[in-house]
Amino acid sequence: MSLLALSDITIRYSRLTAVRDVSFSMDEGEILFITGPNGAGKSSLLRAIAGVTPVAGGRIDLAGHEITGQAPENIARLGFSMVPEGRDVFGSLTTEENLLVGTGMHARDRGWRSRTAGDLEAVYATFPMLKERRHGQAGLLSGGQQQMLVIGRALMTNPRLIAIDEPSLGLAPNINDQVYERLIALRAQRQLTLLIVEQSSARAMMVGGRMILMRGGQIVLDGDARTLGNGEAIQAAYFGYEDH
Amino acid sequence: MLQILFDALSLGSLYALGALGIALIFGVMRLVNFAHGDVIAFCVFALLWPSTDAMAIVFAGQLPWYLLVPFVLLCGAGLSVLCEIVVFRRFRNANPATMMIASFALGFVIRYFLLMLFSSRPKSINLLPELSQPIEIFGARLPLLQLITIIATMLILIGLTLFLRRTRFGLEMRAAAENFSMARMLGVRANRVIMGAFALSGALAGAIALIFGVQTGTADIQMGAAIMLMAFIATVIGGLGSLAGAVLAGFLLGAASVIMQVMLPIDARPFRDAFVYGAVILVLLFRPQGLISARGTKERV
Repeated sequence: MSLLALSDITIRYSRLTAVRDVSFSMDEGEILFITGPNGAGKSSLLRAIAGVTPVAGGRIDLAGHEITGQAPENIARLGFSMVPEGRDVFGSLTTEENLLVGTGMHARDRGWRSRTAGDLEAVYATFPMLKERRHGQAGLLSGGQQQMLVIGRALMTNPRLIAIDEPSLGLAPNINDQVYERLIALRAQRQLTLLIVEQSSARAMMVGGRMILMRGGQIVLDGDARTLGNGEAIQAAYFGYEDH
Repeated sequence: MLQILFDALSLGSLYALGALGIALIFGVMRLVNFAHGDVIAFCVFALLWPSTDAMAIVFAGQLPWYLLVPFVLLCGAGLSVLCEIVVFRRFRNANPATMMIASFALGFVIRYFLLMLFSSRPKSINLLPELSQPIEIFGARLPLLQLITIIATMLILIGLTLFLRRTRFGLEMRAAAENFSMARMLGVRANRVIMGAFALSGALAGAIALIFGVQTGTADIQMGAAIMLMAFIATVIGGLGSLAGAVLAGFLLGAASVIMQVMLPIDARPFRDAFVYGAVILVLLFRPQGLISARGTKERV
């Protein structure tokens, strides 16, 4: 059974339809890139899965539960962790406090305290500069550091699926490389399932995995990132040659 | 001189506590709760037995102080949480202006409920009379109440700070105040945090009610509105949503009121409030975002 399944999802903002009848599913351990030009509906789709944007139609299932219309805090409890566009660091909190916000939902579990401490050490081991700045205000971190912080913050919730919206946004290319390096290492280490939204498909072709290409609120292509990347279909999808 | 300092601090304490009550709720749900003043009034009347006589029939007010204080705080917290569940929860996704109007309406409902039970006449109440005894400190004669007001406010501020900094619930509240939907995506329960904010805010209203009740010796259904106005101004000057700013501005307003009372020429004193509000306008002209601007309220691009 798939970990995440969307069927016929439609999202509207008043009269504008951002996403129209989109269906796809993801298996445990998979890495899936959703790419496409600005306004293709990628972010709307992620926000709908997270429960912060209502869907106008369709159904979403996560880990065997229907989550359509559920509150974000309940969807998070099923193991979905979101790293939104623009990162949304809690700037007035310290780095460590940021990491701890999402651990509260498991506070009733047995051994929660020691596991949280262990998770914290693991995140610090992956991102040592977060440990250096652990008691500093998170709002003062650089863009790259903030991106690492929100990935760490997502990891702290012990998710089954992490969704990341445009991790490259506003980052220098070499910093962006570092972010991806860590992500791929983490994925190998923890068998993470990753759903990543990027505007450009270049990164997906480099990393590999599955890629869905969206345009105008619909899925235009779905397949292996490396083979899709070389085809003419992708150019058509971005620039809309098929319309002419 | 010392007298002026203590007057300023104790008046400022009232404003600071009021402003904090408003800022706490604004922080988590962008609601300016104009019913807050009426929750304060409700807490005073909770000490009385319902009657329309001019003489108050003191009921819970006769309790010894160690029962009286928790009783009033609980009344405030209880009413405040009730307001959230019955009214504000329905407006969770409404725009801030709609919520503000709803809070006005709710305030009137509470006020007229009190009016029905107690009539509109202010009643004299004699709460904890031993606090009105003057005491002498460094040659200045001060009512014991003033000293207790200041100490209690400091304790409340320290307690609240520790609560927000050191507890899991405090952490979730701070995260939610800064970015509510991100906090929810990390599993922070919206209802729990908002109810917590209302409970804290209501308990603060109870504290103000106690101090004000003892200080003035009267219970008046209009009393909440007067403090509410000053407290609201303090939250705006402080930077809406910033707790530290609300407290700072509350004390500044208290100090400004007391100092103008003393410094203004005799003829101008009746117009003291006009000068205070004039100063408010000046502050807002130069710092429209408030003294300490809250991070979460900034528009994201």
